[in-house]
Amino acid sequence: MSVRVYVPLDAAARSVGADEVAAAIAGEAIAREIDIEIVRNGTRGMVWLEPLVEVATSGSRLAYGPVSPADVPSLFDSGFLTGGSHQLSLGPTSGIPFFARQDRVTFARCGLIDPLSLDEYRANGGLAGLTRALAMTREAIVQEVTDSGLRGRGGAGFPTGIKWKTVLDEPADQKYIVCNADEGDSGTFADRMLMEGDPFVLIEGMAIAAVAVGATMGYVYLRSEYPDAFNILQRAVAISRDAGILGPSALGSGHPFDIDVRLGAGAYICGEETSLLESLEGKRGVIRAKPPLPAISGLFGKPTVVNNVLSLASVPAILEKGAGYYAAFGTGRSRGTMPLQLAGNIKHGGLFETAFGMTIREAIFAVGGGTASGRPLRAIQIGGPLGAYFPDHLLDTPLDYEAMAAQKGMLGHGGIVVFDDSVDLARQARFAMDFCAIESCGKCTPCRIGSTRGVEVIDRIVAGEDRALNLELLDDLCEVMVDASLCQLGGLTPFPVLSALRHFPEDFDRPATASHQPALAKEGSQ
Amino acid sequence: MIGFVSWDATLAADLIRARRQLPGATLPILHALQDTFGYVDDQAIPLIADALNISRAEVVGVIHFYHDFRQQPPGRHILRLCRAEACQSMDCDSLAGHVRERLGVDFGETTADGAVTLEAVYCLGNCALSPAAMLDGRLIGRVDPARAEQLLAEAQA
Repeated sequence: MSVRVYVPLDAAARSVGADEVAAAIAGEAIAREIDIEIVRNGTRGMVWLEPLVEVATSGSRLAYGPVSPADVPSLFDSGFLTGGSHQLSLGPTSGIPFFARQDRVTFARCGLIDPLSLDEYRANGGLAGLTRALAMTREAIVQEVTDSGLRGRGGAGFPTGIKWKTVLDEPADQKYIVCNADEGDSGTFADRMLMEGDPFVLIEGMAIAAVAVGATMGYVYLRSEYPDAFNILQRAVAISRDAGILGPSALGSGHPFDIDVRLGAGAYICGEETSLLESLEGKRGVIRAKPPLPAISGLFGKPTVVNNVLSLASVPAILEKGAGYYAAFGTGRSRGTMPLQLAGNIKHGGLFETAFGMTIREAIFAVGGGTASGRPLRAIQIGGPLGAYFPDHLLDTPLDYEAMAAQKGMLGHGGIVVFDDSVDLARQARFAMDFCAIESCGKCTPCRIGSTRGVEVIDRIVAGEDRALNLELLDDLCEVMVDASLCQLGGLTPFPVLSALRHFPEDFDRPATASHQPALAKEGSQ
Repeated sequence: MIGFVSWDATLAADLIRARRQLPGATLPILHALQDTFGYVDDQAIPLIADALNISRAEVVGVIHFYHDFRQQPPGRHILRLCRAEACQSMDCDSLAGHVRERLGVDFGETTADGAVTLEAVYCLGNCALSPAAMLDGRLIGRVDPARAEQLLAEAQA
């Protein structure tokens, strides 16, 4: 029997040479007349070790990484196909500390299986959740999700079950399931990793949602910056259709449900659910005033469930193993697991799925190994471009929704970007305002105009012009943006700005240097 | 290098016709046109407006709203550099400065020889391997000076 060798097809792994490594292994095996089977799996999430090559031996999978094509001949020489030791040996994958201390629930199969093999998906628990859901009443499915405590993983943290209940109770001739895969926050890549590594779990989650609320059509709104995910999702949808999971009768239940994967076009605001719906309808992604909620009047005016990728992908495990299993993870009102994404200037960057409640410090140092540059950590940003900057003394904050909010921060989509001591927080604050100006949909004045005024005020503060007056003005401007913006883009942009100012005031009180005048000013007019 | 074809009204009309019945067809049509021609030609605007029964202004409004859509043909290669926070933490600004200097263009511009269009992008989802770039749709991680040189050589070829 041929030996199975796993080389990830994940975009991050490919970005550092996974395709070249796979080709080198295949070529070397042919040259040495050894029979092997190369499986292109998803990533295990230990991104700093990519390309991470695994060999299936009796009992466990042995990891080697990061592998370059030049390492391949010596890997064969050392007998890696039979577990031979090599300088890149990492031992059994499941024993690598970064991996071993996780609670892999949503990402249980990611990296383990061939993402496009439905047989492997089924063999590892796939479709058990949908099968169970099809034997339940709609109300019971929604209740199970509600009881699990699952909250929207996109950032807002709204209880998923309550959203579903609203759509379920709304009479309509047509309802929709929309998956928000517009993962635009810098520092986040969990959605991408899951869609590339275990796409069927998202499809199954959407099908369960459809059965639960009575929807017959689903859309995945995927950002265009993810061409690999688009390719894999489209293939997974086609396979699911052929297998009868999607189509006129989902798994033979008589419930029709189909999915179309649509691409965004580079607008950050389309991650906001009403803007996303406008975009799906073929319009400019200008946000809608709420109410009405999308659950009442969403896509094409019909009741619509809009959920993040991770929310929907968490559902199959909840239905398979029960609400209690899922709710047993976590703390307080943050139940279940959260895939943390360790990003930016960090030594061991990657995805770490864990129960809520770990402290930021533990995640960055015990798990992530500190900064990549080896210089002292100075700041972190959690929750994407709208998340707060935290200094060292706030790193003992637990990673759950309420504890983060208590420190005027937010967990958001779980991305943690680490900065070393070379960071200039005045510049980061300026970028936050500038980014808002670039990405504002333009509907409301506080966001559209306020962000541009914000850039100007920060420039004046940094230049030392009427500092006291301009600091007061910035505070006032931020208050207006928070209170009067229609959506969270304008409403949250002040959080990175004010947190930078609160925790790093010294960065705003320096003589102006060239570095304070980034070229972004020019791009802002694009 | 990406194999874009020159503007062809018949081909454009076919691409539009094949998608006009989709619910919310505007973005799928614009993507199909741009994937084929590298940009959305002005001549496509009335075709789309007619096919979807919307005004030309609405079509133009959509094109302008989204950063992705170009109205001019790009260079033979498209190099996108991530400028978002995770990449900032790994000094993508120095990388951007270096690339701009070497190519002699700013973001949103194409080199005079038509070889490379340089674009800024806000997050490629490769945040554990910053700084990130994308050359002709291929993601590249950990773009250190050596890799940047490789990229530039490839892009200018």
